[in-house]
Amino acid sequence: MEIPYTVRPRPDTGLANPKLGIWLFLASEVMLFGGLFSAYIFLRIGAEPGYWPRGLLNVPVGAMNTAILIASSVTIVLAWASLKMRKLSAYKIWMGVSILCGAIFLIVKLAYEWPQKFEHFGAFIKKDALAKYEGLYLDNQRLAKEGKDPRMEISGHLHEIEVDASGVDQAKFEAFLKEHKLVSKPDEHDPKLLVIEGEHLTPAMAERIETIPGLKLEAFQLGLDPINADPTNADLDKPHFLYRGPTDKIGKIERADVEFYSAFAPKHSSYFAVYFTITGLHGLHVLAGIIVMLYFWLPIEGGTKMFRKNPEQFTNRVEVVGLFWHFVDLVWIFVFPIFYLL
Amino acid sequence: MSDSHSPVPAASHAPDDHGHGHEDHDFWGHCKLYVYIGILLGVLTAVTVGLSYVDFAHIGMTRWIFGLIGISGNHINIVVGMIVATFKVCLVGAIFMHLKGEKKTIWQPLYFTAFFVLGLFLLTLLHWYDPIFSTVHAHH
Repeated sequence: MEIPYTVRPRPDTGLANPKLGIWLFLASEVMLFGGLFSAYIFLRIGAEPGYWPRGLLNVPVGAMNTAILIASSVTIVLAWASLKMRKLSAYKIWMGVSILCGAIFLIVKLAYEWPQKFEHFGAFIKKDALAKYEGLYLDNQRLAKEGKDPRMEISGHLHEIEVDASGVDQAKFEAFLKEHKLVSKPDEHDPKLLVIEGEHLTPAMAERIETIPGLKLEAFQLGLDPINADPTNADLDKPHFLYRGPTDKIGKIERADVEFYSAFAPKHSSYFAVYFTITGLHGLHVLAGIIVMLYFWLPIEGGTKMFRKNPEQFTNRVEVVGLFWHFVDLVWIFVFPIFYLL
Repeated sequence: MSDSHSPVPAASHAPDDHGHGHEDHDFWGHCKLYVYIGILLGVLTAVTVGLSYVDFAHIGMTRWIFGLIGISGNHINIVVGMIVATFKVCLVGAIFMHLKGEKKTIWQPLYFTAFFVLGLFLLTLLHWYDPIFSTVHAHH
């Protein structure tokens, strides 16, 4: 079927159909992301003091990804301009660079930023137990004096958990530990307790262990984040440009004092819920853009082969994917400051 | 193209790929603007990062200026960050997406979009009338 007005403008709109089509689509996309940004504002306004975390994301990596997307916006417009001037080899280079930038962005997000968050441990302390950790890992008295929000969370990397396994089916428990490459040993201070450790002891694994019938999780031991390792240091209240991972200082939190614990996953807080929703949806858009750009880059029927037959129509197609790609860049320009910086 | 910055359609060029020195010069002439805007956007990203570490609430002048419109504390940084981000987005829209000099047919639906998306953001102001309490960990 011949699609009308792919090259010539329609007499009534004055535009070729693809261009008007993509703009209407982008208008609907603005509403989609607008709704999510609106949710972000609402959740942030509604968060109780101390429950909207800051400084948990890696700013240099986020800034680098922003620069990568901006660079790809430049290269895709250069790819389109190359086609306008009928330079296919220049087009291939610029489009190739755009695809590469998109892929790097996605790899950084999926292979580096997100997994790091899923392994990070955070425990919100019950309000009536906060005093127990004051001076140790928290300094809320100083924060209150300085008019700053309190810190309700102790976070870091989970090293060990202490459990009371006396009421557990030992054979099943041993099998569970073996299956998940975890090891247990008697606690040095309390022979009734067991200490579970291992490379695979993530926050999610701690949650799973806690569901074993008859087992009671008593305490967490973690390599503390700088802000909990040195709570009296006012320099650490503000997020630093360079990300500082957990320290070697080990902290111990009683399970009974914990209101809620989790990895830095969507369920951790409204902040991470909306962070993963928006960056996840944005990531899907990056993926979709890469697939379409790749389609127009390959020497196939709808790709560069089309350029030989109908260069103007092919150029219009590339313009349309370019407009979509700029929109993806545009959304990230807002995402970066609101989640990483402010 | 409707945009004066866009390369002129090469109607006289054959759809092949035998560029010469003269044409290369033309290409860069047309595309310089895109590259400059890209560099400017990169610089503005660095500016956004830098400004987020400035404590505007502790600088007398900015505290006073923003105080006039009822904005204080960390909210000043949020407003400043959003102003820079909006400027960046306008550059992308105007230059890369060719909205500058684009036809009315494109702009018209975008006016509606802007109106409705602003409406969405304004909805958040309703929290003044119906505050949300204990949204965090209320289920525990």
